[in-house]
Amino acid sequence: MNGVIEAPTIEYGALAPLLLVFGAAVLGVLVEAFAPRYLRRAIHMPLTLLSLLGAFALVIVTVVKGDLAETAAAMGAVAIDGPALFIWGVVLILSAVCVLMINDEGHFVASAAAVPGSSEEEEAEAAGSEHTEIYPLVLFAVGGMMLFPASNDLLTMFVALEVMSLPLYLLCGLARRRRLLSQEASMKYFLLGAFSSAFFLYGAAMIYGFAGTVSLTGISKALGTSGLLDPLLMIGLALLGVGLLFKIGAAPFQAWKPDVYQGAPTPITALMASGTLVAAVGAVLRVFWVGLGNLDWNWRPVMWAVAALTMIIGSVLAITQTDIKRMLAYSSIAHAGFLLIGVMATYDKAGQNSGSLSAILFYLLVYSLTTVGAFAVVTLVRDPGGEAWHLSRWAGLGKRSPVLAGVFAFFLLAFAGIPLTSGFFGKYAVFTAALGSGMESGDSLGGWMTGLVVLGVVASAVAAFFYVRVIVLMFFSEPAADGPTIAVPSMGTVAVITVALLVTVGVGLFPQPVLDLANQAASGLFIR
Amino acid sequence: MTAHYLVLSGLLFAIGALGVLIRRNAIVVFMCVELMLNACNLAFVTFARQHGNLEGQIIAFFVMVVAAAEVVVGLAIIVTIFRTRRSASVDDANLLKY
Repeated sequence: MNGVIEAPTIEYGALAPLLLVFGAAVLGVLVEAFAPRYLRRAIHMPLTLLSLLGAFALVIVTVVKGDLAETAAAMGAVAIDGPALFIWGVVLILSAVCVLMINDEGHFVASAAAVPGSSEEEEAEAAGSEHTEIYPLVLFAVGGMMLFPASNDLLTMFVALEVMSLPLYLLCGLARRRRLLSQEASMKYFLLGAFSSAFFLYGAAMIYGFAGTVSLTGISKALGTSGLLDPLLMIGLALLGVGLLFKIGAAPFQAWKPDVYQGAPTPITALMASGTLVAAVGAVLRVFWVGLGNLDWNWRPVMWAVAALTMIIGSVLAITQTDIKRMLAYSSIAHAGFLLIGVMATYDKAGQNSGSLSAILFYLLVYSLTTVGAFAVVTLVRDPGGEAWHLSRWAGLGKRSPVLAGVFAFFLLAFAGIPLTSGFFGKYAVFTAALGSGMESGDSLGGWMTGLVVLGVVASAVAAFFYVRVIVLMFFSEPAADGPTIAVPSMGTVAVITVALLVTVGVGLFPQPVLDLANQAASGLFIR
Repeated sequence: MTAHYLVLSGLLFAIGALGVLIRRNAIVVFMCVELMLNACNLAFVTFARQHGNLEGQIIAFFVMVVAAAEVVVGLAIIVTIFRTRRSASVDDANLLKY
């Protein structure tokens, strides 16, 4: 308040990947404004893909150079540390892969403003137009996904949350087929998302009232000096938790996930199911480990209940689903529960936390790539009216198209965590970290953590049941006479499925290089 | 001194949250969300006064910008739904379930 405002120092070099993605997004908007319609796609696709790959290259360069800053960049707003760089890398790979899928014809609406079934819509479709705003919107969402887990204060985190979510709300409503479902998904996601981010913000306000700052470092310091049972702090903790847990789709805030995943265009579902989950888990870790780490005796019991409930709801309700996308959504809820087990696996000595952190990072990488692959397969199985979502339509797919069904079966086995797939090592790493942290404390916590891991294993077994049920349906039942057609996959979709399959098989057979990478990223923990 | 403002902010937030839960019109639901954001702003500004630093006031500006962006996106979605269904009721949009 002394009236002198000093210019902030911004570490442009360290922030370059983020700036590149946002810069390309802004350029994309300009392309939308000035380029003629027939050229837009041809400009957008290379621009989007090159910026994502360029940002990935910049992340690699930063990692190889290896001299990470000890303090957060941009005046303490953005923490670019090992975990953040790892998550950036994962998000950029995922989004580049999803963009290949998004680029396929026929996923997005010809004219979003035309009422479904109207003559305007027919005209727009006859003219062959398709919204190209998709590309800059995806880039903005990806930029938000990168900033969200790297933000080191609650304001940056809130802005990142919105930058990530707002484009996704719109993208959800742009499916070409079944537009009513798509629009409904968009509205539900928007209203619930806005509701939950208001909770996040009020939580941030309460914590600001407690600590006098919103920087996670400052909050952590304030926790060290004052009483831990301040009502403002407790309210803030609860409300922040609601906002963050909504984003990862943990129970009891999971209701939006099946609806939105079903209604959204499948490439966008793939982006949300992978990128948003990765980013949100990163943000949860940063808030609960860096900002509120000293408070773990307060949030662990609640997190325990949330993790348990999430796993149970995810795996039990998935059994009853008859729609492939909804089933994958419930499976994603169950996996969010497994990840929360990892979030709880904190140790008293900070140095040991890196084991849990690397387990979570590894899990995020393998799970998200398998998810993208699974949704890519879903885009290929088609009925005359669009993708064939109903599970009964998938009966006998193994006889009709053994390769596609085999690949999908493999992804499902990876979700279930069968050995020799990447999913097995992900679950194993997270469960081991949780057991270790329970043992270390040597008191009642040990029993609770063991109980949670046992629950996790049981939930995995229940989940395995419905994954295997789909496999049985595909391979051991007769295909219907008027069964779905298998679309000839474009180069992009082939590339997506190949990458996902290679990672799932490769990491399943040789997990060590990726584990090493995750260990290295986690070794320095989060900077403060 | 500042306690009254905090109580007011808490009340506004509660009214907003209750409105989201019980109102049926998507536009009204959305307005209730905006009310919640305004309650946040009031809390931020009050705490800024209490702590004697400017951080909370600056945050309030950011929140206004974000809220404005949210209005653009939200109204676009709600208007599209209204044109399709001739209704903005959140109860009518019920195709996605189970």
